[in-house]
Amino acid sequence: MVNLKELSKRPELLSGGHRLCSGCGAGIIARQVMMAAADRPVVVANATGCLEVSTTIYPFSAWKAPWFHSAFENAAASCSGIEAAYKALKRTGKVNKDIRFITFGGDGGTYDIGFQSLSGAMERRHRMLYVCYNNEAYMNTGIQRSSATPLGAYASTSPVGKVKKGKEQIKKDLTKVMVAHNIPYVAQSAVGYWNDLITKTQKALDIDGPTFINVLQPCRLGWGYNPADTAVIGRMAVETCFWPIYEVVDGKYKINVKPKEKKPIEEYLKPQSRFKHLLRPENAGIVAEIQKNIDENWAWLLMMEECTNR
Amino acid sequence: MADIKIEKKKGWKDLPACDYLEAGSAAAFETGDWRSERPVWIPENCIQCLFCWVYCPDSAVVVKDSLMAGFNYKHCKGCGICAVECPGKKGKKAIVMEAEKK
Repeated sequence: MVNLKELSKRPELLSGGHRLCSGCGAGIIARQVMMAAADRPVVVANATGCLEVSTTIYPFSAWKAPWFHSAFENAAASCSGIEAAYKALKRTGKVNKDIRFITFGGDGGTYDIGFQSLSGAMERRHRMLYVCYNNEAYMNTGIQRSSATPLGAYASTSPVGKVKKGKEQIKKDLTKVMVAHNIPYVAQSAVGYWNDLITKTQKALDIDGPTFINVLQPCRLGWGYNPADTAVIGRMAVETCFWPIYEVVDGKYKINVKPKEKKPIEEYLKPQSRFKHLLRPENAGIVAEIQKNIDENWAWLLMMEECTNR
Repeated sequence: MADIKIEKKKGWKDLPACDYLEAGSAAAFETGDWRSERPVWIPENCIQCLFCWVYCPDSAVVVKDSLMAGFNYKHCKGCGICAVECPGKKGKKAIVMEAEKK
């Protein structure tokens, strides 16, 4: 259990004055993760993306922790290298501190471009936490579709017109892929559940091994909603079961938030301009398909929770 | 023929280790001028839940001794998340958004 009064006494590791959009969810995720990690020495590696670009515009840096960036595709590989060097230095007695390693990557740098380096780092069992701030498209370069973009969503490379109705494919479920790596801790979280994200970060940092948290990040620019509602949209994704919040500890599933009544997906689609074409009567079939996918995935999760906790 | 001097290349040990920036120097950059609306704190409606602080993407909520103490208008971009998340006291919000005057 986290206490905000206690957390507020810790040093702030991400300063203001960075150039993320007003109301950006990535800033919230980075701050909350760093709040959870601020009670110990921590090293951050960053994949290219919104967070990296806007927090480190030369000659400014918003980070107050050692921070590293080299390229888009190798954030996890860089972090695993730093971790390996740290282990070697610790073995020879040149470093005595107990240091933790965190990697931040967007969905582009995690699902697509950085996927092989992430998979490798997890397989090599480095003690590092990988946090994916998942805004479901390449927002930094102009809202191109990624493999995290959901079915039917508008992106500049999955346009909406007379023929095309947004993205035609369903999104990749990377959390399940990470579970298949048999790592000790995999979790999903969302902006709007600060307690959930901070608790999961603390839990992941205490585990000796690779850990992965996939955080849904509403993007006011690419999703097209009122920036004040960033956390509200994140909660809506969880209440409609579009983005279930759960964790997998040593193969055991636990759903952290079970909505009392599952809201219809239309409530999540309505405030976002990337889905506004789906609300037209001729596109009702796509909405029905999204709802069907959500229902199937939710039923699967409930089943997994039951099976793995017997 | 002119005398051409070839500069001896630096070895890797002579190069600077890396380019580094001062930690947290972004704090010197003003993002407050992006704002069209500013959050205003009403202390008598504040229950000190710190939700505004934990949800601010810009580290612009000032907390002193674990208590909310106002806003850092140099960094606040005026997104209004704090005003939406504020539970307030008896239905009265402790943070309201006001239009920025010219």
